[in-house]
Amino acid sequence: MNGFPWLTVAGAVPLAGAIVLAVIPGLPADAPPADRQARDALAKWLALAFSLATLVVVIIIAVKFQVHGPTFQFTETYSWIPQFGVHYALGVDGIALVLIAMSAVLMPAVVLASWHDADPAFPGGRPAGTLPARHSVKTYFALMLVLETMMIGVFAATDVFLFYVLFEAMLVPMYFMIGSYGTGRRQYAAVKFLLYSLLGGLLMLVAVIALYVYSSRSAITGHHGTFLFSVLVHVPLSPNVQKWLFLGFFIAFAIKAPLWPFHTWLPDAADAAQPGTAVLMLGLMDKVGTFGMLRYCFELFPAGAKYFTLLIIVLSLVSILYGAVVAIGQAGLKRLMGYISISHFGFIVLGIFVMTSQGVSGATLYMVNHGFVTAALFILVGCLIARRGSDRIADFGGVQKVAPLLAGFFLVSGLAALSLPGLSPFVSEFLVLVGTFTRYKVAAVFATAGMILAAIYILWMYQRTMNGPTRAEVAGFNDLRIRERLAVAPLLALILFVGVYPRPVLDIINPAVRATMIQVHVTDPVPAHPVTAQNGAAP
Amino acid sequence: MTGTAAPAALAAHATLAASAPGAISAPPIEYSQLGPMLVVFGAAIVGVLVEAFAPRPARRGTQLALSLGGLAAAFVWTVVIAASRQVFANGSPGHTAIGGAVGVDRPTLFIQGTIVVLAFISVLLIGDTRFSPFVAQAAAPPGATAEQEGLAAGAMHTEIFPLTLFAVGGMMLFPAANDLLTMFVALEVLSLPLYLLCGLARRRRLLSHEAAMKYFLLGAFSSAFFLFGIAMLYGFSGSVSLAAIASTAASNTSNSTLLFAGIALTGLGLLFKIGAVPFHSWKPDVYQGAPTPVTALMASCTVVSAFGALLRVFYVAFGNLTWDWRPALWVIAVLTMVVGAVIAITQTDVKRLLAYSSIAHAGFVLTGVLAVSTAGLSSALFYLVAYGFTTVGAFAVITLVRDPGGEADHLSRWAGLGRRSPVVAGIFAFFLLAFAGIPLTSGFTGKFAVFQAAIASGETALVIVGVLSSAIAAFFYVRVIVLMFFSDPVPDGPEVVLPNVFSGTAVGVGAAVTLLLGIAPQPVLSLASHAANQLFVG
Repeated sequence: MNGFPWLTVAGAVPLAGAIVLAVIPGLPADAPPADRQARDALAKWLALAFSLATLVVVIIIAVKFQVHGPTFQFTETYSWIPQFGVHYALGVDGIALVLIAMSAVLMPAVVLASWHDADPAFPGGRPAGTLPARHSVKTYFALMLVLETMMIGVFAATDVFLFYVLFEAMLVPMYFMIGSYGTGRRQYAAVKFLLYSLLGGLLMLVAVIALYVYSSRSAITGHHGTFLFSVLVHVPLSPNVQKWLFLGFFIAFAIKAPLWPFHTWLPDAADAAQPGTAVLMLGLMDKVGTFGMLRYCFELFPAGAKYFTLLIIVLSLVSILYGAVVAIGQAGLKRLMGYISISHFGFIVLGIFVMTSQGVSGATLYMVNHGFVTAALFILVGCLIARRGSDRIADFGGVQKVAPLLAGFFLVSGLAALSLPGLSPFVSEFLVLVGTFTRYKVAAVFATAGMILAAIYILWMYQRTMNGPTRAEVAGFNDLRIRERLAVAPLLALILFVGVYPRPVLDIINPAVRATMIQVHVTDPVPAHPVTAQNGAAP
Repeated sequence: MTGTAAPAALAAHATLAASAPGAISAPPIEYSQLGPMLVVFGAAIVGVLVEAFAPRPARRGTQLALSLGGLAAAFVWTVVIAASRQVFANGSPGHTAIGGAVGVDRPTLFIQGTIVVLAFISVLLIGDTRFSPFVAQAAAPPGATAEQEGLAAGAMHTEIFPLTLFAVGGMMLFPAANDLLTMFVALEVLSLPLYLLCGLARRRRLLSHEAAMKYFLLGAFSSAFFLFGIAMLYGFSGSVSLAAIASTAASNTSNSTLLFAGIALTGLGLLFKIGAVPFHSWKPDVYQGAPTPVTALMASCTVVSAFGALLRVFYVAFGNLTWDWRPALWVIAVLTMVVGAVIAITQTDVKRLLAYSSIAHAGFVLTGVLAVSTAGLSSALFYLVAYGFTTVGAFAVITLVRDPGGEADHLSRWAGLGRRSPVVAGIFAFFLLAFAGIPLTSGFTGKFAVFQAAIASGETALVIVGVLSSAIAAFFYVRVIVLMFFSDPVPDGPEVVLPNVFSGTAVGVGAAVTLLLGIAPQPVLSLASHAANQLFVG
């Protein structure tokens, strides 16, 4: 069904924006600062406009998406490199759709939040001592838009080659955003990030090629190798082959996601990146890892996934606890956020690999919620850094008194991060835990301990930064500006809304989850005491 | 392996041999099918005459026009032959010309076309004489009066154009040669001018002399080995023709020592030219010392040509012996990828860096060669095209980044280049990403193609080594990008000169092809696969 290519349009809008930004002519070196500022402001407004336009297109897609329709909708398929059986094939199921929607929602918020991040003269833009030479503002926003194109493409791709290409190419804009516009040890962090991801990606490349070679030997494809996901799921692979290919894909995704012990690049990258960049990295890009596990590792290699399930559940539990414990001990806010994410990604991976429909639905919803919560927290941390010029917790104290709105927003986001009931992460975390409990009771117990630790790291951090006596350096803080409010408020509204009424999102996710479970051939374990019998015995 | 052409070639030899005892009869010469090479050699000879008779001011322009015209004509002629229904009538894989000495088949034509186009771009770079990269007199020692006078007069060694053309002619003949003697002659025709060209750099003369000397000595050694290998193979099969060696190897299993020694020695000669480990040690010194346009020529055209010859020898003459040479070449491929990538990490000179990168890339192409299949051949061909264009573009950028004393080769001078001239640094970063094999560049498509061919032939272990060394290699490419974009500019750093028509074309074509082969590689892929469909004629 090659109707109107909505997905291509959604991907093309930010790309067009990036190109428009790139061709804004530069100014000579001796141009007056006012001219330069005007030119930069133009770039920012254009970036905002294009990201909003993308959001509109994505909203149209979401509205037109039929919940009870076919699994993959808005499909487009064109031959790209016939030599290798590569197609430009797009399509979304419910899981991909919510993730694309999350990307499109986050992008304008990030653009708003990053308004001054690339500015040369902004005093709070960079902590003291790391002020590098002038940077091109338009390039920063152009890179963001390029990244959005790739994000949409990577979620929408239904051709493994196309997915892989975008999965790898995505590293380049992020690498430049960390390396050129970051703070502190940005070079080290950028190179570490790139090499880790590249190594995983290259191992995945071997698996991708092997998958293609197996497909070209299979009778199902008529001995023409293909990368089309819809065909590859039917290519029979021996369990042994599945194990190896699963590993090839999984390590790449585990590095991206990041799962312990593949996580070490993340705290450095989160620390060095600008808050806006960190949102894109943790909130958006790393979701490709968990998305990939769900879509590719699961559906292409079900036997491999089942073989490694226990190992991965253990790794995810380690991630949950390790991330949470290490987060408690962090002195810097950005690094703290990085470790929180490691813990949360542990929950997502756990939810996926317990292979129950509650677990997988919860994990998918968790991906979305984590995106919003991380974005809100990081943007607020950015606001704090912009005011104080530092992200060390010890440099703050008593912010609540001078900037109540900032503190209030921060509290709500923090409570969301520790999964307070009524806020959306609670729904997803609850689903993950229920899904875990029905199959792996011990694992559920350990994972629940992560929630307790979450309360410690969030509340203790909040207490040290926002409560207590107001420090002298903090006394002059402004409360949130309009721009900052506009960036955070919609995210908080969404967190509240989904927390109270998650059904519309779950309705979109669930059919896709069911389709995945059928593909993997697993069914939910039957409860020990059937629900109906319990109800009957109740009176 | 040798297909239907083998009997035909044998027949040609039989007639040659039958008439041998009495008088040596002249073999038929198919001028129309040899046209591309003849045009290049002809232009080179006319160039020599121009040097002798044209007044000095007119030489540069005339030579440039002659070289570019000759190469363009050669390209057109190559295309005409490739499209000709006569040569490839009824699905014929091609012909052998001059009594079986030269093969005219699709893979060869593809390689020759690639060489001619890359040489065209390299000649453009050589023609960009704004900063006179070449000496006035090659013979003048550094600091001699003759050199000073030449410098003052702004003269340049315009012999460089005919020398280049001779080398290119040799490169075209090298992969086409269908018997080992012709191949040896081609090897010398392409090597001798290159030795001389390496010594022509005007700045850092001693380095340039050293490069020329080193290249010459090591090259002479490897040629001697190659020749010795030919002798062995002649002793084994009684013929120097590739097809005859192949058929003897298939039937005769008694003298295998001679055969294996011959394979090893000829292989050594060929692997030396592509710079495979452990025959690579000349590459960094030569790439560094030679004038950058000449390095561009060597890094692109010579590598393509040598791989063409390697493919022909191993696929045609030793095609039935894959069980014997594959393990050895496997080890060499692994060594080449790993050593090239690892040693490159410590380099501080951008040209040396690219030299080691070129060694690593030779290893990747060997991965395709080791697949020993049509897919392997076509992927190797594609990789060579992709790599050749990226390399020429990268060296063209290097000619633009200049210090007062010449090119700014030391990497520390490149720090912060991204701030000073974002466009040039951005293009160079793009080339580096292509070398690293990041998707949406030609480098990725090439790697994908060779790895895919290798996995399809069951060489998964080799591919895993390949991706691991790609990851190592990525480190040093990325390091250069870090330097250019994330470091603060060095004070009084190098100036980036605006490219003129010549260097601009080289950079532009390199970047455009690198991008195009990353996004829409299908036309070149199908061209390569069409070319590789029938392998080489025997």
